[in-house]
Order: sequence, then C-alpha cells, then structure tokens
Amino acid sequence: MEKRVTFKGIWLPLLLVLPQLVITAVFFFYPAGQAVYQSLFIPDPFGLSMQWVGLGNFEYLLGNAYYRASFVTTAIFSIAVTVVSMGVALYLAVLADRLIKGSGVYRTLLIWPYAVAPAVAGVLWLFMFNTRVGVITWYLGVLGYDWNHVLNGEEAMGLVVVASAWGRISYNFLFFLAGLQAIPRSVIEAAAIDGARFWTRFRTIVWPLLSPTTFFLLVVNIVYAFFETFGVIHTITGGGPQQATTILVYKVFSDGFVSQDLGSSAAQSVILLVIVGALTILQFKYIERRVHY
Amino acid sequence: MATVSLNGIKKTFGKTDVIHGIDVEIEDGEFIVIVGPSGCGKSTLLRMVAGLETVTEGEIRIAGARVNDREPMDRDIAMVFQNYALYPHMSVFDNMAYGLKIAGTPKAEIAERVNEAATLLQLSDYLHRRPRELSGGQRQRVAMGRAIVRKPSVFLFDEPLSNLDAKLRVQMRLEIKQLQRRLGVTSLYVTHDQVEAMTLADRMIVMNGGRADQIGAPLEVYANPQTEFVAGFIGSPPMNFLPSDIEADAPDGARTLGVRPEHLRIASSGTPATVVYSEALGAETLVHVSLPQGGQATVRQDATMPLPAEGTAVHLEWNATDRFFFDADGRRN
Ligand SMILES: Nc1ncnc2c1ncn2[C@@H]1O[C@H](COP(=O)(O)OP(=O)(O)OP(=O)(O)O)[C@@H](O)[C@H]1O
Ligand SMILES: [Mg+2]
Repeated sequence: MEKRVTFKGIWLPLLLVLPQLVITAVFFFYPAGQAVYQSLFIPDPFGLSMQWVGLGNFEYLLGNAYYRASFVTTAIFSIAVTVVSMGVALYLAVLADRLIKGSGVYRTLLIWPYAVAPAVAGVLWLFMFNTRVGVITWYLGVLGYDWNHVLNGEEAMGLVVVASAWGRISYNFLFFLAGLQAIPRSVIEAAAIDGARFWTRFRTIVWPLLSPTTFFLLVVNIVYAFFETFGVIHTITGGGPQQATTILVYKVFSDGFVSQDLGSSAAQSVILLVIVGALTILQFKYIERRVHY
Repeated sequence: MATVSLNGIKKTFGKTDVIHGIDVEIEDGEFIVIVGPSGCGKSTLLRMVAGLETVTEGEIRIAGARVNDREPMDRDIAMVFQNYALYPHMSVFDNMAYGLKIAGTPKAEIAERVNEAATLLQLSDYLHRRPRELSGGQRQRVAMGRAIVRKPSVFLFDEPLSNLDAKLRVQMRLEIKQLQRRLGVTSLYVTHDQVEAMTLADRMIVMNGGRADQIGAPLEVYANPQTEFVAGFIGSPPMNFLPSDIEADAPDGARTLGVRPEHLRIASSGTPATVVYSEALGAETLVHVSLPQGGQATVRQDATMPLPAEGTAVHLEWNATDRFFFDADGRRN
C-alpha cells in the first residue's frame, strides 16, 4: 500500500523544496547558463569587453588538433579507468562471493579506498611513484626499470589511470558483490550438476545474469572518469607531460583558468554538458527498461 | 541407471552434527523417498549424494564407484530443486539443452532429445519461452525435462512439488511416478509429506533428527513401524498414543500404546471415553474422543456408522493384534 501525503496549499510544499531548488539554481543553472552565454563570446585579454562570435568558439575547438587529441586522451583514459576498476572489482567480488567466513572483513577493508578523496589519493600515488623518493619507483629501479612519469607520457597515463581506478574499485566491488549474491545459489548448483565447471558457469550463467549491474556500472564509471578524476590528474601530472594526460575536464580548467581563454573554456564546458546529458539519458532509459528476470 | 550405496554417512556443519550415520543400499531403478519433518537433514543427505555438500564421514558409491571426492558433474546425476533453479535468461529449450551442450552433444541430437522430453512433458508449445513466462507447474516440468534429457544414472529430487497447489501436486506426483517407471532411473526423492512418500516410494527412509529411523516399503513401514516417531509420522490421521498401563497385558518396559485410528472402534463396552467432536469427511468420519486418564484419541469410522454427538460417553475397543507397544526411548518392544 502506498501512502500519499497531500498538502492543501502551494506554499508549504514550495518552502520544503526551496533549499534544493536554490542550491540547484546557484550551483548548476546559473553556472551552466553562464557557460552557454560565455561560449558565444571572446573576452578581451583584460576582461573589459566581450566580442560576439556566435559559434566561433566551437568551430575553432573542433578544428583544433590539441582539442581533438584531448578527446582521444579522454577516451583512452576513461576506457582504461573503467576496465581496470571494474575488472579488479569483479575479480575481488567473485572471490568474496565464494567466501563464506570473513567476507564481512574483506568487504569493510575494500570499502575504505572509496572514502579517500581523489586529491588525497592522487598525492598518495604520487608519493609512491615519485621519480626520486617513491617507494615503488625504487623497487622498479631495483628490477632494472627506470620509472619516470614526469617525462614519459605513457607512464604518466598509466599512473593516473591506476590512481583513478583504485578509488573506484570499492564502489564497483559493492555493486558486483550485491549482484552476485542476488543470483540464486541453486541456479549455480544446477549448472554445476549440468556439467559446467567454474569458468563455464561464469561465462554462461553468472555473467549474463550480472549484465544489468555491469551496464549500470559501465555508465557510472565512464561518467566518473570523465568528470570526477580532475583531482587525481591535477595532483599527479597536472595534465602533462605535453598534454599526455589532459582529459577534457582538465582542459576546461587549464584553458580557462591557466590560459585565461574564457570563451573557449566555456565552449568546452558546454560540450561536456552535452556529453554528460547524453550519458545520463542513456542511463535512465536503460534503467527504466532494465531486464527483470 | 545405477545402484547407490550410502555407508555410515555423517555430516557436521561446524560443530553441529546434522546427520548421524546413515546406511542404505539402493537397487538399480529403485524409487527411494526420504521423508521426515523439517530440519531432520533430508536435503543435506540428498545434497551429499549430489556432491553439493562434502561428506564428513562415510562413503557414497554410485554404480559401485566411490564418489565422495567427485565434483557434481562427474557423478552422472541430475537434480530437481524445490525452487526449480531454472536459468532465467534462457529459453525453455536452452534450459533443457544446457547440459547436453556442455557435454558437446551434436546439435541434431540435442534437438531430438529436447523435443522428445518436451513431448513427454507436454512442453512442446513453450520451448521458446523464458521461465518467467511459465506457470508454476510448467516450470516444474522444465526442471524435470532438464533432468531427463541428460539420461543420468540417478535422479535426485528435493521437494519438487512443494511450491505447487494441492491439486497440481497430486497430478504431478502421478506424472513423476509414471515417468520414473518408464525411464527406470534410480531415484532419490526428498519430501516432508508422508502421503507423497507413501504413494511414490518403492522403499522409504523415514528420517528423524539426522537418523534413519526405518527403511522399508511404504506398507511395511505403515504396518510395522519400528519407532514411536515413525508410527506417529506415517499415517494420516496419525496413530493414537495412549499410556500403556491401559492394557493389563502390556509387556515389561512398555510406556506407550499405539493404535491406528482405523483400528479403534466405538463399542458398547471397553475403555470409557468422551466424544469431543466429530468430523464428517464424506466417505469416513473422524471421531475425536478424550480419555479419563488424560490425552485424546481419534477413531476413524465408516460414514455409514452413527455419528456420536458431542459430550456423549462411549467405549472404545481394539484388537490385540493391532497394538503397538513402545518403550521409554520410543523403540518398539
Ligand atoms: N550450511 C549449513 N550450515 C549450518 N547448518 C546447516 C546448513 N545447512 C543445513 N543446516 C542445518 O542442518 C539441519 C538439516 O537441514 P536440512 O536442510 O537438511 O533439513 P531438511 O530436512 O531438508 O528440512 P526441510 O524439510 O525444512 O527442507 C538443519 O538443522 C539446518 O539448520
Ligand atoms: Mg530441505
């Protein structure tokens, strides 16, 4: 039975939702509106006047090799973060699911990284991989590998991917574990009796039944990699070396705040806004039509 | 098709002993029903035969070979679960074909065997459907189909009918029995329903708290129960238990006298009792009486007999050959 509370007037309900509306307006609608507005202008270097350029900023961006390179970087980065964080999480969840005793301890331990702020996580990884004093760099040196993410773009990318994925593993792990535990034990047992060994069972039963969870996590993780990894990148590489780790969000920041090219930066924000909007629609559409077995 | 033998099977979960040692030799093609109240270890015993639980102690042999350490897939068994455990993302056809596909059976043969099973189980029209698009009875049939297409040597059933309504249960019970007769596959069937046990079993294992109280053919167990528990569990309405000192010739050590309701008669002389109430069931009538010594008894009589009114003082009698005496441990004596 659903219980509905009905209010008589309009004022009380309005008052109750007002704080949320104000927050949304101040921190979302106003900046988003500003971004759309500013993306249509080029301000002069001193910020005293603005010149109307229509879609000029967008035209310039799409023709710009650096911006297009940043798209590719973002794609590589998000796919890598998503694959690494989901892959490791799934592996750990499968192990924890098979565990009967002590799974609570593992679960608790595995949730901790999620509580670490991205920037703090970035600093942690930065220390471990510091080119001079990093403990992992030192061990790699012992093994004969000269780690230097400050100069090597691929190593820099690897590092930010690992640092970003690390914090995500907890979140993905929880969802995967819940997904795995929602699969009836007897179905797995039936498959075992039918002759399927572990890997076959995983491929033909577990993975298909887990697919709603996987899809949900895929979207959530891509959105995360796109937008919430700023702190990690800012602390570890600052987008370098030579823009090797400049993803779209980071470029908004560096073009806007560092290079003071506000028009272009605003246009980039608008593009990101469209991308996140599209991802959100995709996600909601999917969740609404989610397959219920 | 195979024999199954259980030798001194014990099971311990952590520190709790659940099965205390069960021995039984099951013949090829025999239909064995494991029956007992909830929590007595029926499912645990069956799951050990399936290889889904480890055997703490003892030995399980299928077709003469020790299988204790074999994985479920290497035991040549099929199991029907209480909740059917169908693969929700596969069609009925794929559900039944799954085991054959994994075994690498040729496609044509898979199709043939699945279709054959589907015809047998009247599922031919539903082969393309998903389990969630089927009724409970149809799902139950798919679970059966999945078991029979693989032609295993042993069928294991864990309360396969308990999710069905009463009428369907009776119908499916008959179908399972006929199917097993036709295929001649050795079967172990778990249930807590003694009627199911009586009607299906070639032999039944009556379990009580992790022990097999009695193993035997249904009518033999009914006619000659070895323990008070078995006497009370098998038969509906259950056997009446009266204090044994009601009888002058009770053997030494006997504590309880058991008489089945159909063996009690309301007569003009005998043990005095008072009618509590009567249930007219159509073909027969159950008369519940209370005894002056305390306790109640049920008399089962033909509907043609006069129906005694509530509160009537009556007398009960029974034949000496229909008595069962049990000692303080619940054993026959
Ligand atoms: N994994 C387990 N860990 C600990 N105890 C268990 C486990 N599985 C079963 N038991 C215990 O073993 C006993 C027997 O359980 P089992 O499931 O075999 O009973 P059952 O006879 O099948 O009962 P039901 O008719 O209710 O299905 C129960 O007391 C149960 O609590
Ligand atoms: Mg059970």
